[in-house]
Amino acid sequence: MQTLYDKLWQQHVVKERDDGTALLYIDRHLLHEVTSPQAFEGLRLAGRKPWRISANLATPDHNVPTDTEERKSGIAGISDQISRIQVQTLNDNCEAFGITQFDMQDQRQGIVHVVGPEQGATLPGMTIVCGDSHTATHGAFAALAHGIGTSEVEHVLATQCLIQRKMKNMLVRVEGDLPLGVTAKDIVLHVIGVIGTAGGNGHAIEFAGSAIRSLSMEGRMTICNMAIEAGARVGLVAVDQTTIDYLQGRPFAPKQHWQQAVDYWRTLISDEGAQFDKVVEINAADIQPQVTWGTSPEMVVPVTAQVPTLAQAKSETQARDWQRAYQYMGLQPGQAISDIRLDRVFIGSCTNSRIEDLRQAAEVAKGKKVAASVKQAMVVPGSGLVKAQAEAEGLHQIFIEAGFEWREPGCSMCLAMNADRLGAGEHCASTSNRNFEGRQGFGGRTHLVSPAMAAAAAIAGHFVDLRSWEN
Amino acid sequence: MKALTVHQGLVAPMDRANVDTDMIIPKQFLKSIKRSGFGPNLFDELRYLDVGEPGQDCSQRPLNPDFALNQARYQGASVLLARENFGCGSSREHAPWALEDFGFRAIIAPSYADIFYNNCFKNGLLPIVLSEAEVEQLFQALYAQPGFELTIDLQQQQVRLADGQVMPFSVDEFRRYCLLNGLDDIGLTLQDAELIREYEQQRAAQAPWFFGE
Ligand code: SF4
Repeated sequence: MQTLYDKLWQQHVVKERDDGTALLYIDRHLLHEVTSPQAFEGLRLAGRKPWRISANLATPDHNVPTDTEERKSGIAGISDQISRIQVQTLNDNCEAFGITQFDMQDQRQGIVHVVGPEQGATLPGMTIVCGDSHTATHGAFAALAHGIGTSEVEHVLATQCLIQRKMKNMLVRVEGDLPLGVTAKDIVLHVIGVIGTAGGNGHAIEFAGSAIRSLSMEGRMTICNMAIEAGARVGLVAVDQTTIDYLQGRPFAPKQHWQQAVDYWRTLISDEGAQFDKVVEINAADIQPQVTWGTSPEMVVPVTAQVPTLAQAKSETQARDWQRAYQYMGLQPGQAISDIRLDRVFIGSCTNSRIEDLRQAAEVAKGKKVAASVKQAMVVPGSGLVKAQAEAEGLHQIFIEAGFEWREPGCSMCLAMNADRLGAGEHCASTSNRNFEGRQGFGGRTHLVSPAMAAAAAIAGHFVDLRSWEN
Repeated sequence: MKALTVHQGLVAPMDRANVDTDMIIPKQFLKSIKRSGFGPNLFDELRYLDVGEPGQDCSQRPLNPDFALNQARYQGASVLLARENFGCGSSREHAPWALEDFGFRAIIAPSYADIFYNNCFKNGLLPIVLSEAEVEQLFQALYAQPGFELTIDLQQQQVRLADGQVMPFSVDEFRRYCLLNGLDDIGLTLQDAELIREYEQQRAAQAPWFFGE
């Protein structure tokens, strides 16, 4: 009896090595402009060639401008010189090595973790790597996917393999119906609140249970995306009909071998009675809309709650971390979450920039206006195709009329490598995945929330409980 | 890659848990397309009082006097003593590059984030795991004693204190071998090229769609 992770692992072992590591075959390699230049450089210096060019797919995302004007004239128009060099370098490398790239002007361009699934380049049963920790996202398709460093990017380019050590198995089972107003983002933030940011260290986490199965692929991606914030490099969801339906007809999905593929995909589930090293049971009914108050994703509470007090800290180390977080975030212990005033709102990132996320946010924003006290509220679609779909549905009109900026696809304010960033001391409701100090700009204060919660916060000017909010 | 066998060096403290890679090297420096030169921006936001931008002359920037690495007693440190879950967050390899470029050869902590841990070995930087109690003892000793040095012996997998105390640690055999010899693991993997090709043929027979239709 095997877990899903055991199966995926076993199917990709090229060689077991004496020291307990294995050479693991990699089916899909995704590339972006930030973590690849040094890898291509290394390849060149060593006189090596990519092992299997068709396994690679590239798109620039981290520091492309999201401003429509700045985007118009292509790479040459990127005003930040260093960003321009990185994007240009990706272009040059892809051309030189013959790697398929959705460049900045291509409608298929976007955040690499949005693009892969959208194209069907992410398939069940694959091993998928990318020089980016949120590669865990692709695990929503029962693919063994994780982030790697730049040396490993070079290793995969050159050998189509990685040297890996098998992780342990962890099961997070969320059973029951989700309460109204509670989304995939709230599930994963809640899980991180329960197990902590180191809770999944060394494990591959499989998310299971009726609440997970009831989610769309978009929702499952949101959950697997943040497995890394729970300390796990890998998040997984087993294949079911939802997975298969999503993939049918996607450009990179199998056509001629469709039925054969589907038959295989259906085996990508954990066997009944398979053993997990760690099991966490969560009751969906207990989950409320979540807001992070501090500088680590585990510093999270329900929107109805207060910033915790030191008396609630579980250890001395935690108390020290909290003290630092109060200070950085400019919050008082015991302060109500709903009292936090927002300066900016960011809806986007590989966690929450897919069409379903934008629909949820638009539903809240419809016919409303962003509060005057909010300096900027922006919506950044995850890809050119998500943008086009949203425009076809008229979502952009809803956002624009409400006072949101409607941007071009990219990582944007998720990590503030381009011009989109927070000022020092500013509070931001953000649908991204990390609230670390300085993540969204020097001195910036990030609160992680779901898209619907972010939209409501933009309108109210502070956090509100969607379930009882009347506006 | 630089080989590491036995190293004796001054120890500096990073006395907080969950130090993430954004803290080790803030994102604005990731725009470089090079592998070197990140040392001056290591822990940038903690080390300097102003906002760092790439391409600046860091020697002209105002230093934060409270930050350990700025203090006279830790100048020239090559071993970093840290707390649990060091290197969490983003997978950026720029973090070990920055630590290495600054002059660190080894880190000692009770635990590390997985990706960071992996990345260290690929860059000639040894992440040593010791127990919480041992790490605590080292912090005490370090604070009590200016000029506190440790000997890191990868050959024997030991951390040795000047007073003769020995703290053993363990490292994967393969990683140890590579680091001891300064070996590049791509070359090693390519020795198995034949096996990789066999695997591909087998896989293509079972699941042809993985290789394009
Ligand atoms: S959206 Fe944010 S987390 Fe996702 S890949 Fe881009 S920078 Fe990383």
